[in-house]
Amino acid sequence: MPALPLTCAQPTCYTSVSVLLLDRQQPDRKPHGREAAPFVTEQTTRLVLPSHIEAVADAAAAAADFARNCGVAEEAAFGIDMAVREAITNAIVHGNKEDDAKQVEVAFTCVPNAVEIEITDQGEGFDPERIPDPTAAENLMKTSGRGNFLMRSFMDEVHWETGTEGGTTVRMIKRF
Amino acid sequence: MAELNIRERQAGDVTVLDMDGRITIGDGSIALRSAVRRLLEEGKKKILLNLEGVGYIDSSGIGELVSSYTAINKEGGQLRLLKLTQKLQDLLTITKLLTVFDAYDDEAEALSNFK
Repeated sequence: MPALPLTCAQPTCYTSVSVLLLDRQQPDRKPHGREAAPFVTEQTTRLVLPSHIEAVADAAAAAADFARNCGVAEEAAFGIDMAVREAITNAIVHGNKEDDAKQVEVAFTCVPNAVEIEITDQGEGFDPERIPDPTAAENLMKTSGRGNFLMRSFMDEVHWETGTEGGTTVRMIKRF
Repeated sequence: MAELNIRERQAGDVTVLDMDGRITIGDGSIALRSAVRRLLEEGKKKILLNLEGVGYIDSSGIGELVSSYTAINKEGGQLRLLKLTQKLQDLLTITKLLTVFDAYDDEAEALSNFK
């Protein structure tokens, strides 16, 4: 997905850009004798968030709007909300360490029967395999470490990648 | 409006915290932590958290419930949970914390189970 120019003045605002990709080339469709209406194949909303905890609620609100517009049912929308909150919290707190100079980029994409979410921080990166299982008996009483587990629980796919110049990108898919 | 509103009432020697809102990272988690720590400082060690009005909790909020449980136990007190919403019950089930917390649907039953 090509990156859009990010024009938000930091640290107090975030931007939202919607991109509609219209596909008028639908070779499988039979002609109806009149011009077909544009067919939306993909819709992406991008946000740039400051590294403040308050931005978690902003991202969740944007995710809720996006999920509703994408036709996601309530139960799946709850899972998306939960996963987005956890992923944004990770990016802000553990990735960017609430550094005012760093941002979190978010892309919500609506594809047929699924929502794809990509969240990138500017931190040092991390290895998800090193996060202990929070449901193991020895970890049950720990007060943190459940965020990634909840993301995996509520989404159909979750993948983490560390960029060559640092920063973690988490990609999540929720099918519906 | 605060993210989490907490009203306190006394039922015998049990302090009931009626909570309304969200227990999430930031204000919600801090409000729960502050309320429980204050009760412990006041010597109120039998605490019933009424979660009927809590429609949302994140991993930070779950961590704060665990932290509250540990802090109260450490002081020789007891924590019970009351009226979990379905979503909260689901979250505590998948995180296996329902095996840790004593949770009740009926307040009278919860109160009678404090020792």
